[in-house]
Amino acid sequence: MESDLNFKATELRLGLPGRDECEETVKSTPKNNKRASSESNIRSEIASSATETHPAPKAQIVGWPPVRSYRKKHSESEPGIYVKVSMDGAPYLRKIDLKIYDGYSQLLQALENMFKLSIGDYSEREGYKGSEYSPAYEDKDGDLMLVGDVPWDMFKSSCKKLRIMKGSEAKGLGFCA
Amino acid sequence: MAYSFPEEVLEHVFSFLNTDRDRNAVSLVCKSWYEIERWCRRRVFIGNCYSVTPEVVIRRFPEVKVLEMKGKPHFADFNLVPDGWGAYFYPWVAAMSVAYPLLEEIKLKRMVVTDECLELISKSFKNFKVLVLSSCEGFSTDGLASIAASCRKGEGINFVKCDFMVFCYLIRLSLVSLFQFVHGLLPLFTFFDLRSKLCKVQFRNLRELDLRESEVEDLSGHWLSHFPRSCTSLVSLNMSCLHSEVNYSTLERLVARSPNLRTLRLNRAVPLEKLPNLLRHAPQLVEFGTGVYSAEIRSDVFCNLREAFSACRNIKGLSGFWDVVPAYLPALYSTCSGITSLNLSYATVQSSDLLKLVSHCRNLQRLWVLDYIEDSGLEALAASCKDLQELRVFPSDPFGGEPNVSLTEQGLVSVSEGCPKLQSVLYFCRQMSNAALVAIARNRPTMIRFRLCIIEPQAPDYLTHEPLDTGFGAIVENCKDLRRLSLSGLLTDRVFEYIGAHAKKLEMLSIAFAGDSDLGLHHILSGCDSLRKLEIRDCPFGDKALLANASKLETMRSLWMSSCLVSFGACKLLGQKMPKLNVEVIDERGPPDSRPETCPVEKLYIYRTVAGRRFDMPGFVWTMDDGSERGFT
Repeated sequence: MESDLNFKATELRLGLPGRDECEETVKSTPKNNKRASSESNIRSEIASSATETHPAPKAQIVGWPPVRSYRKKHSESEPGIYVKVSMDGAPYLRKIDLKIYDGYSQLLQALENMFKLSIGDYSEREGYKGSEYSPAYEDKDGDLMLVGDVPWDMFKSSCKKLRIMKGSEAKGLGFCA
Repeated sequence: MAYSFPEEVLEHVFSFLNTDRDRNAVSLVCKSWYEIERWCRRRVFIGNCYSVTPEVVIRRFPEVKVLEMKGKPHFADFNLVPDGWGAYFYPWVAAMSVAYPLLEEIKLKRMVVTDECLELISKSFKNFKVLVLSSCEGFSTDGLASIAASCRKGEGINFVKCDFMVFCYLIRLSLVSLFQFVHGLLPLFTFFDLRSKLCKVQFRNLRELDLRESEVEDLSGHWLSHFPRSCTSLVSLNMSCLHSEVNYSTLERLVARSPNLRTLRLNRAVPLEKLPNLLRHAPQLVEFGTGVYSAEIRSDVFCNLREAFSACRNIKGLSGFWDVVPAYLPALYSTCSGITSLNLSYATVQSSDLLKLVSHCRNLQRLWVLDYIEDSGLEALAASCKDLQELRVFPSDPFGGEPNVSLTEQGLVSVSEGCPKLQSVLYFCRQMSNAALVAIARNRPTMIRFRLCIIEPQAPDYLTHEPLDTGFGAIVENCKDLRRLSLSGLLTDRVFEYIGAHAKKLEMLSIAFAGDSDLGLHHILSGCDSLRKLEIRDCPFGDKALLANASKLETMRSLWMSSCLVSFGACKLLGQKMPKLNVEVIDERGPPDSRPETCPVEKLYIYRTVAGRRFDMPGFVWTMDDGSERGFT
């Protein structure tokens, strides 16, 4: 499973869109550009700056400073972001703590394990392909949204409830071609 | 040979050799020593799980009792290795469940361990005693339940419990002659069989369950109750990485019936009020990790806690301390004179409170703390803790732009001045100068591990605005026994020249955002004689140094390079030239051959191996084979 979910549409590129990927990488030498040369760093910038409670004056580089993600998680003083998870057809709901996951892939993996099902692959165009289940959530406005559209941090702060939808109703959420 | 010791004698002699180095040396003496040694090797350490296959290990060492193994590269700790990269433990446990039925200990670091692995461990090894999972992932509390329940495994006959008739039978047996013994044997077996079913006793084997900083899928705290009531063998339990609440009475009863318990590390969910009862059941504890260290300030809670701590006369190490309420810190003052290890790296308290606690700990050898301690706290530390060997200062606000505490290079200089035994440092700060580094180097030439992280990448000497080459140069020049070094700040190729020239005992080097050219990498690879692990990110190192020093890579465990300038073509060439290395390209942009050969790869991981290429790679990892184009579409 991809570790991040297709931020290409919203990513901040160093040059014009459509330029050769390789050229770009070579030109932005680490010496002159504090943001390291790979695209994934830029993606993380989007993800992390989207929901900053105080604006970070600098771009965040992946893995820098070298503080272990374990330590980051265990240092937080928030008590956790517990949300209910319902699955269509299941007799009772479950609860999970969103705080302990680093991103969508870990969350979906946990849901797959918890409910013993397979969720399929995310794509912006078609939602979740490859299985009859689609993960959805209720946001602050009470709207039912597809999991994966917004950056992870934004999702964590806006998700109130999770719902694993099954069957044809689930497919209605994605934009079918 | 006209004279040679019988095997048993050699085996006995070898039993005094504990290090791999010694045992490896002994196996090279001659064929018979090789044979004898391999049959009596009980502990195996595998630094890179992909350097060898389980089958080869099992074939060479048929009677192993302790397996220690590491998986993912170190930079996986900082999210630089994508999920699904590898380091699966399953193939190992599957092979060992058949080959090593008497396996007693498994210690893993940065590996993927699934619930299936844990179930297999609990079913296969009847003498299983120790499980240490350090920074591992892939399992849930369900897997832990099967480990806990496995305390039931292992059976034997308790002769004390056998009845009188069997006892007489055994006495009679020992008095008759050999001939009659043989005749007596057959009925004995059937008799014994019946009796043994009645006298069966189950061994409570599990001694250590240590989940050190692993990522566990925490479904509930219920797993703890799977330890059977008759499990009394626990020596060490570390569940600090778990989130869920456990049942407190279950926990208390487990602690109460474990007289050998030396190490207990609770998780954050255990409230302060529960500590006194737990401590009262385990006054023999040597290492204790609290849960959340906060509660409403109440004198009865405080007194209770203080009394409980004072009954624990053997405590040498403390950890935990989430959400500390400073008013409760004095409750543990009675333990301070014995404390040698203190982990306050989650304690978000101010310098003055930290100071008060630390200054009581005159015998402190190891301190992990947040930068809230500030320069003033470190000065006080240097004045009171003369036995200090290891200091780690973590950043309280690593991603903030501005400093939130008054911690500078001065704190580290004070400690280097005041603590003559200081040998291991991990220090996060926001400013550094060459002068400070030179002072530290001169104060502490006995330094063995020096890891400095200046939070702003490429930050120069804040006084002179020059690179920090001279400072780090002084470190490697003065600290001749330096084994581990992490660099940061503004650094040119010159620092690498110094390192290559002086750091002859250096085994592990971490580099980020440093250097000007391939010459830097060349200095390292050609100069550092003892180098085993090299990890580099975001440096302008390319093909030349790597290819020119290809053979050096076979003398090392591994090399990691990410966001550097090594081209796909060079990776291919290296893979072709060096069959004993696995050259793996990690690139999430897609197959490297869909881009020009001169295009730099995203990430590169090279390691020596006798196992050949691996077959469990995910879609974003390509191996550079010798010759063939396997793996490419």
